[in-house]
Amino acid sequence: MRFLRQALAVTAVSIRTIPQRLSSSLVAVVGITGVVVVFVAVLSIGEGFKAAMTNAGRSDRAIIMRSGADSEMSSGLAGEHVNIIKNAPGIMQGANATPLASSEMFVVIDVNRKATSTAANVPLRGVDATVLEVRPEVKIVEGKMFSFGTNEVIVGRAANRQFSKLNVGDLLHSGEISWQIVGVFEAKGSVAETEIWCDVKILQSNYRRGNSYQSVLVRLDSAASFDPFKDWLTSNPQIDVQVRRESEYLESQSRALTTLVRILGSIIAILMGIGAVFGAVLTMYAAVVTRTREIATLRALGFGSMPVLLSVMGESIFLALCGGVIGGALAFLIFNGYQTSTMNWQTFSQVAFAFAVTPALLVQGILYSLAMGLIGGIFPAFRAARLPISQALREL
Amino acid sequence: MKYLHLVWRNMLRRKFRTTMTLLSIFVSFLLFGILMVIRVAFSMGVEVAGVDRLMMTNKISIIQPLPISYLSRIQAVPNVTMVSHASWFGGIYQDPSTNVFEFAVEPETYLKMYPEFKLPPEQLKAWLADRQGFVAGRDLATRLGWKIGDRIPIKGTFNRPRGGDGTTWEFNLVGIYDGAKDVDKTQFLFRYDYLDETRTNGRGMTGWYLIKVADPAKSAETASSIDALFQNSSAETKTATEKAVAQSFANQVGDIGAIMTYVAAVVLFIILLIAANTMALSVRERTSELGAMKAMGFADSTLLALVLFESVTLTLIGGSLGLFMAWLFALQGDPTGGFLPVFALSGKDIVLGFVLAIVIGTLAGAIPAVAAMRLRITDALRRS
Repeated sequence: MRFLRQALAVTAVSIRTIPQRLSSSLVAVVGITGVVVVFVAVLSIGEGFKAAMTNAGRSDRAIIMRSGADSEMSSGLAGEHVNIIKNAPGIMQGANATPLASSEMFVVIDVNRKATSTAANVPLRGVDATVLEVRPEVKIVEGKMFSFGTNEVIVGRAANRQFSKLNVGDLLHSGEISWQIVGVFEAKGSVAETEIWCDVKILQSNYRRGNSYQSVLVRLDSAASFDPFKDWLTSNPQIDVQVRRESEYLESQSRALTTLVRILGSIIAILMGIGAVFGAVLTMYAAVVTRTREIATLRALGFGSMPVLLSVMGESIFLALCGGVIGGALAFLIFNGYQTSTMNWQTFSQVAFAFAVTPALLVQGILYSLAMGLIGGIFPAFRAARLPISQALREL
Repeated sequence: MKYLHLVWRNMLRRKFRTTMTLLSIFVSFLLFGILMVIRVAFSMGVEVAGVDRLMMTNKISIIQPLPISYLSRIQAVPNVTMVSHASWFGGIYQDPSTNVFEFAVEPETYLKMYPEFKLPPEQLKAWLADRQGFVAGRDLATRLGWKIGDRIPIKGTFNRPRGGDGTTWEFNLVGIYDGAKDVDKTQFLFRYDYLDETRTNGRGMTGWYLIKVADPAKSAETASSIDALFQNSSAETKTATEKAVAQSFANQVGDIGAIMTYVAAVVLFIILLIAANTMALSVRERTSELGAMKAMGFADSTLLALVLFESVTLTLIGGSLGLFMAWLFALQGDPTGGFLPVFALSGKDIVLGFVLAIVIGTLAGAIPAVAAMRLRITDALRRS
């Protein structure tokens, strides 16, 4: 108990006297703040992208593509095969006993980005009449749903925000085709919000694709229906397809970019962290030097060397924690929800997303700051504890 | 220069502190170098794009193909000296994460279009003799351990071959091209005639055209007269300089360059604070000594210069070591396994790094140096 009381008392003194060493302490705090801001901000890019890609993914929906295709872009399904797929067991039935399966086509068209006025690959998806039942999360928030059999389209909220001239009432010219924009939809902030949707039959004829599709999205009776559904399709000799849960498919689509961000983010954060630790060591070392007389006096009064060591560590961790909390707060205030878009390499198309500073990232940032404080404090703390009392007192 | 020894002794006075400061400067400049490498890697070749090359794509988007019959019509346009074309193949080697990007090209015109791709003449001859032949960039061949003579199977996705199992394409590695450090050496180039004769769908089409012009100043006119040729056809076109295409592509990937620059700024600001703190500490320690020097007749400006010199020396030593390490790191090549084809530290960024080291050293030393200059002898001596 006495040991603990001593440690707390000395730590309290060191923390209370920080204002006397303000400039040097500020350097440590600012350094660690900077590291945490960068760490959290860079990783929030990956989190935001992943959230946009996987938000709407459901385990009771399945996506069917040609076997070997790694994305909708490289897939292709003939019309007669799509009919077989739609008759598979386990698909939820909608009104008039129609299977809830949307046979879709996926292409990209050039639309200018608002921010740079340069062309970007915006996905244009042809969908089936059952699409709103297959994807109940989709809500028309402005205008109306397009009419099947016409050149009308609806655009996702993010596409509407990021790209120019995608408002209700605008005409979208793409090659020799003109699309009439009649509505804007939201889909829980997911990747679909970066897309433009039209009638798949119209898209087929405009692109001279005959009766061919790229994927079928089906809503299953339940998540458990997936395995029998998959087995039925993959064992059918008439068709050559792969069946994946939508949630897994979207997860795999986001993996490349999230991995890239994580690798680059870690390299940056680790190196910055090392730099900041050196800064913290300098600060604590200076603090120990300026407090030499005080520490020696405490020791002469009978305080043990362990409480002194802990007090230096305590001060270092306290400063680091300040940096971590300020850094986390700054990262949250500046970056959370920041809207941007990037390229999804698998489909060669744009994905709009918002930086997501998640609680888990904030916790990681603060833990990282504590680690920096701990490492930065260790050597100065040992130095303080080992200070020869008589010599230290004589020096003054 | 006669004060060199004095500055050196001052730096050695607190070896631990000097080491710590040097290490943090070193790490920061290492990071600065890496950030600049990443920035260039994500700029998608904007800085190396040829000024005399145009790229023509389908107006709808780059993924829509164009008829191969356009080739001769483009050649007839004034100011056009050469036309080549390329198609994205979209095949998979082993599994998608190997990141192999295959393009079907016309060997001779493509290599003339990109003189920065260096292929030995005998390998070009072998390529022209083998319809299934392909050439790989040096980095790609090294990464996957390919040697000339290897037979490489690639699984087609939307391109399906006639015969065989209906998915697998066979290629023979006949050459390895090389290039300067800022050239993409990760491409897989094979013959368009093999693709077009073997595929089951999409025949007679190509992905995009590459056009070399005689007079780059007239690029815009040439581009619009080419596009006018195909107006109101079933495949309208969009022609732009390679630089403009690379720029719009980089824009699509996002503001990675800007993000990297902000991070670098934060890093350098932190290092500035750390270095300034160190200099302030060491000048404060030396107050009485500086007072003594003044009393002996050292000029104010000499003291100012001495402190600044010490500070700049610190940042220059740490900075050049850091930049050197970053250069070594970039030499190891792309750490992401094929995502970033151009991965090198440019000379421009090295120079920028040295300039920043000097600027940071000067700024960090400024306050303590001015304090040292303004020191009144009596105060300084009394304080001890």
